[in-house]
Amino acid sequence: MPKSKIYPSFDAAVADIPDNVTIGFGGFAVVGVPINLYSALAKQGAKGLTCVSNTTRGGATLPEDAPTMEWLIQNDQVKKVVCAFTAPTRASQRLVFTEYYESGRIEAELMPQGTLAERMRAAGAGIPAFYTPTAVGTELAEGRETRMFNGREYLLEEALPLDYAFIRAYQADAFGNLRFRRSQRNFNPLMAMAAKVTIVEVEEDVLPLGAIDPDDVHLSGIFVHRLVKVPPAPEGWWPMRPAEIAARAAR
Amino acid sequence: MSDTKGLTRQQMCDRLAMEFQDGWVVNLGIGIPTLCSNCDFGDRSIIFHSENGVVGYGPLAAPGKEDMHLVNAGGQHVTLNPGAAIVHHADAFGMIRSGRIDVTVLGAYEVAENGDFANWKMAGQKGGGIGGAMDLAAGAKHVFVAMEQTTRRGAPRLVERCAIPVTARGVVNLVVTNYGLFEITPEGMALKEIAPGVSVDEVTATTGCHLIVPREVPPVRMRG
Repeated sequence: MPKSKIYPSFDAAVADIPDNVTIGFGGFAVVGVPINLYSALAKQGAKGLTCVSNTTRGGATLPEDAPTMEWLIQNDQVKKVVCAFTAPTRASQRLVFTEYYESGRIEAELMPQGTLAERMRAAGAGIPAFYTPTAVGTELAEGRETRMFNGREYLLEEALPLDYAFIRAYQADAFGNLRFRRSQRNFNPLMAMAAKVTIVEVEEDVLPLGAIDPDDVHLSGIFVHRLVKVPPAPEGWWPMRPAEIAARAAR
Repeated sequence: MSDTKGLTRQQMCDRLAMEFQDGWVVNLGIGIPTLCSNCDFGDRSIIFHSENGVVGYGPLAAPGKEDMHLVNAGGQHVTLNPGAAIVHHADAFGMIRSGRIDVTVLGAYEVAENGDFANWKMAGQKGGGIGGAMDLAAGAKHVFVAMEQTTRRGAPRLVERCAIPVTARGVVNLVVTNYGLFEITPEGMALKEIAPGVSVDEVTATTGCHLIVPREVPPVRMRG
């Protein structure tokens, strides 16, 4: 019998994360964001981290006090971010990240969102690099290798392997086969495939083997190593409806 | 808003949406373009694609009825139309780069007369917000832009050459502003239709590049 993938707590699941590793944080907007794992890692305290994510504050629709990458940034745990957004999407928005970036305390690698996704897909697929039409002719392509295929110019991009992936899923079985719900899938399977160790916060109780039909598995447990069930609120973090967030902010 | 003259944002999007053909797959950028999903498409069937892997989303969810697992690219809680599908990010962007998206409507800071446009980094800003814009600009069959005619300070957004870093080169086909509808042609930027209450002189005075103006400029087409 191999060791169980089911961990009793988020703290236990992140206890051995060393300094100076690269971690992918899944999710898009609020959906599929590993909110509880952000909190556990902030408590655990690993430093010198390279954090890969769509944005530095995963979830404009999370309550203000919810754990995000900003907790790690404020803890001085983050050395570098790799993101598709390193500036707010609205002029009125202020990001914790911006203050650290502008004062030179954090490095950033900014890239198109499709390139970010494909670089991780490539890492998980055993492909070291690929050519993409995206960003050709922009300042991101300056000084980099391009090549013509069928009369069009493409930019060389390298795979982006991760040490760890932190993701959130809807259902899991004991082997770590995962199902996501609606737009929860987003970056999550790609990050899991790119990572040496994938840690999943699961919304439903972990199911016995055979409970998920093999045809309905979105990500094979081959790519999954640790599972933690998200406890009900307030012990565990769950996304909230806009009206709930507004009511919470008013309190 | 910098200037309330001319078209409202919804009217700008209504006009672009008239160009969507039956069966088109449409991707809307965040900001003004999201209003294209409110348009009346009559008997045309439009499939809305979102970069986070939602293909076939419908109207915004009613307050209190939001599905906590379902958002569009702007993080808004949407609904799903019959026939919708969910894919992961790499597939969503595979659809974009491989030319499966018929049109993307994006916001912009500047559009140049040669079809270059800029929408990810403001002047002097450290970092930027690329999101899916560069992939969409490189991969969609048509690129439409919806933006205000000028900046808050009154500077033109329709320009000879972009002064800020571009998102892609030579890709924009059609631009709508509150002042009118503009087409990027091989000869340059052409004024196609003009907003009610706006004169041709006002358009040319607020445009930073040569504008091809026909003898008679028709008004912006409106529904109803």
